[in-house]
Amino acid sequence: MRFDYDTSYRDGKRLLRYPSQKWTYAGLLLLLVAVPWLLPKYYVGELTYLFILSIASMGLMVLSGYTGQVSLGHSAFVAVGAYAHAWFLTQGLPFLPSILLATGVSALVGLALGLPAIRVSGLYLAMVTLAFAILIEHVLGRWKSVTGGFNGMPVNDPVLFGMDLSGLKPFYFLCLTCLVIVLLLLVNLTRGKTGRAFVGVRDSEAAAASLGIWVAGTKVLAFVVSAAVTGFAGALLAHHVRHITPEGFNLLLSLELVLMVKLGGLGSLRGAIMGAFLIGLVPPFISQIKPLLGDRIAQQFGLEIFFFGLILAVFVLFEPKGLNGRWLKLKAFFQTFPLYRKDVFKRGKSYMKSERYR
Amino acid sequence: MSPELVSLLQLTLNGLATGAIYALVALGLVITYKATEVLNFAYGDVLMASAFVAWGLIVGLELPFWIAALLTVAFAAVLGWQIDARVMRRIVGQPHFAGVMLTIAIAFMVRGLVSMLFGPESRSYPTPWTQQSTHLGPVVVSDLSLVILASAMAMTVLLYLFLRRTALGVSIQAASQNQLAAYLSGIRVKRVTSLVWALAGAAAGLCGLLLAPIALVDISLWIVVLKALAALVLGGFGSIPGAILGGLLLGLIEQFAGVYLPDGSKDVAAYVVLIVTLVLWPRGLLGEAHGRRV
Amino acid sequence: MSLFSAQGLALRFGGVHAIRDVSFTVEQGEVFAIIGPNGAGKTSVFNVITRVFDPSAGSVVFDGVEITRVPRHRVVHHGIARTFQNIELFEGATVLDNLMLGCHRFADESFLGQCLWTPKVRETEARLRAHVEDVIDLLDLAPHRNTLVTGLSYGVRKVVELGRALATRPRLLLLDEPASGLNPEETRDLAFWIDDIRTDLGVTVIMVEHDMSLVSEVADRVLCMHLGEALSTGTAAEVQSDPRVVAAYLGG
Repeated sequence: MRFDYDTSYRDGKRLLRYPSQKWTYAGLLLLLVAVPWLLPKYYVGELTYLFILSIASMGLMVLSGYTGQVSLGHSAFVAVGAYAHAWFLTQGLPFLPSILLATGVSALVGLALGLPAIRVSGLYLAMVTLAFAILIEHVLGRWKSVTGGFNGMPVNDPVLFGMDLSGLKPFYFLCLTCLVIVLLLLVNLTRGKTGRAFVGVRDSEAAAASLGIWVAGTKVLAFVVSAAVTGFAGALLAHHVRHITPEGFNLLLSLELVLMVKLGGLGSLRGAIMGAFLIGLVPPFISQIKPLLGDRIAQQFGLEIFFFGLILAVFVLFEPKGLNGRWLKLKAFFQTFPLYRKDVFKRGKSYMKSERYR
Repeated sequence: MSPELVSLLQLTLNGLATGAIYALVALGLVITYKATEVLNFAYGDVLMASAFVAWGLIVGLELPFWIAALLTVAFAAVLGWQIDARVMRRIVGQPHFAGVMLTIAIAFMVRGLVSMLFGPESRSYPTPWTQQSTHLGPVVVSDLSLVILASAMAMTVLLYLFLRRTALGVSIQAASQNQLAAYLSGIRVKRVTSLVWALAGAAAGLCGLLLAPIALVDISLWIVVLKALAALVLGGFGSIPGAILGGLLLGLIEQFAGVYLPDGSKDVAAYVVLIVTLVLWPRGLLGEAHGRRV
Repeated sequence: MSLFSAQGLALRFGGVHAIRDVSFTVEQGEVFAIIGPNGAGKTSVFNVITRVFDPSAGSVVFDGVEITRVPRHRVVHHGIARTFQNIELFEGATVLDNLMLGCHRFADESFLGQCLWTPKVRETEARLRAHVEDVIDLLDLAPHRNTLVTGLSYGVRKVVELGRALATRPRLLLLDEPASGLNPEETRDLAFWIDDIRTDLGVTVIMVEHDMSLVSEVADRVLCMHLGEALSTGTAAEVQSDPRVVAAYLGG
């Protein structure tokens, strides 16, 4: 059994409270740092991509998982961050100011979407964000003078403090560092008053307003933070792919991000990262099993989409709390062993209640 | 008649023709939404799959058009029934977001399966109205568009009457508002819900059957559902007359935007309409207002 | 000069008059009950006071401030807190988190400070936690501190909502049907708590209630509403024996 023997209120807030946690995360960090020397180049590149996806996923998690604002169009922010960063680089700006400015541009776009979104919620917000993403894709495709249109834009190499970070190993460490920094910043934000306000707005706007939370402002803040983080990931992605085109930021990317957040477990940053890894590993997984399947099936591109659908369906049906939920159940199992009862997490029978008339 | 007036009329007619497509698709979407409050993202893909089935029947098996049409619609209805009975039923009681996610999952699976089975080439098949058009004075409209418009209007009337006037229709609405109470009132909720999904499936089948000759039998056929969403929003979400009104209006807006607004506006007109409507007039033209009591 | 005064309140939704010309005053330290049949407009009065709706007419003055002009999320800063008829707890959070959210208006943590988790932020969080613990002690919520709210029984959830309202350090507390759904033992506890709140914390209470025994026990004055109008005001005994009230609501 695991009990909380906190001796001070500050203890309750600490991120790593038990020695086992400290050792686990230290070990994980060490492992990740050692990877470039342990694994072949292909895996290092893949892991770098997963780190970038994790950052984008965390961005969406802040908006959807914590604040409950649906967004089916987050690829728009990835695109804005990527294009802004690439453009600033072509204007001669150094790497650090460029990426920070690009994050700022993405945050502004988030503001532009967040302000009208105050009045819209649930399904309607999903549609607005969807339409917004398609709009951004079109704009990027047509704004030839800035974005190079549908032919896309090449991206200059990242150079930080004189060091060229475009090599496999340097870029891997850049992305890992960024991931850790963003994770820490967001973990702090979500355990402070803003994080609580986000959850308040998600769970009950009426109660939140009665407690002094400015609901509209909180929603907009969530949009801005989310857009900034996802835009930052977009900028890193630009370096990863080296040449960006509007098709790379299409509807499928938006839906992949939503999948990551949902499958990871809404309301958990750890879930965001787990979801990103799960979804990000599907394409390599498919290319691994393609030789094993029949020739007919293997040569079509539909397999990837089918797999996304299958995984999503399985999770929605059997594990709605996502990977994080499964993780917590596993932890509870080990902590309360042998007294663990499956029914602790069992859902009661419920009936559909209209969300239009209440 | 002056040439300008003729071209204006032609533009309007083109708009109505496109709009009829959107209206027809929107109507199918409205059925599931009214009954389950779930927006069926798989609709476009069932539509697309039906188009491929129709192709297979007409070109592959060389069946007569009407038999193939009947079989396609039946296939889609069965598909809709099965989707509800096997999959959607399992998440009853969960927040609607879960339902939407599940329809997205089904959409992906259908899309993946179809592209794996049929490959990426575009196909087409003949209908009794292909290449035929009617002249209304100085303007021209394709016969297929007329058929689509007629179908949309017929479906509107039928659906409206069905939901308002028949016992089955009323029980569908009851189940959508308070399912437990519907059960307790003796409504066979599961059966009724599956029926609704079958109806929606049949509608999707009809849409796919009629759309494919215009837009080609292709995986990307599902994207029309996004335009239908804009149509629904414009007309008022959850309103059957709103679906057809929104669809026709959207078609008109697109055609006129293509001519009078800068290049490229036509592609994004639908999405701009959607955003602007939801932000400024969330109820749309004929929609219902809902709020939450605290 | 009364602490709280509502004058000529009216609220319309289209053709439906939820409230017609309701006026009442509440003194400092009083427990004021509003009773009446369902649909009388009692919760609507609360919704007008807490700025969920704009009244079609009338004014609400609390400690000299015209509340009908205050933005909805600033109401709690003037010292007015409320509970809800259908519990509006934050379902995805623990009891502790719900209560900490009650302290939101005292949390002066800057955005950057939170991201970097500065010592000032840490100190604020500890201070808020200490305050919340006082509320937990008062309401005996210690066993449920880290439990998710969804798993708790109805009675405990009502207490958590009360605690969350208390965490805002209100001067005026609006309780919307606090005893509904509670068993007699829980109702008795509630009566003691309301008394403690008034006596120890100096909080003025306005409550909407159907449980007449609770009303008789704790309320200083009672207002009976019917069909959106104020029917009768006075002490609990006076109102309960008023023939109009008996005819409209109490029966017997």
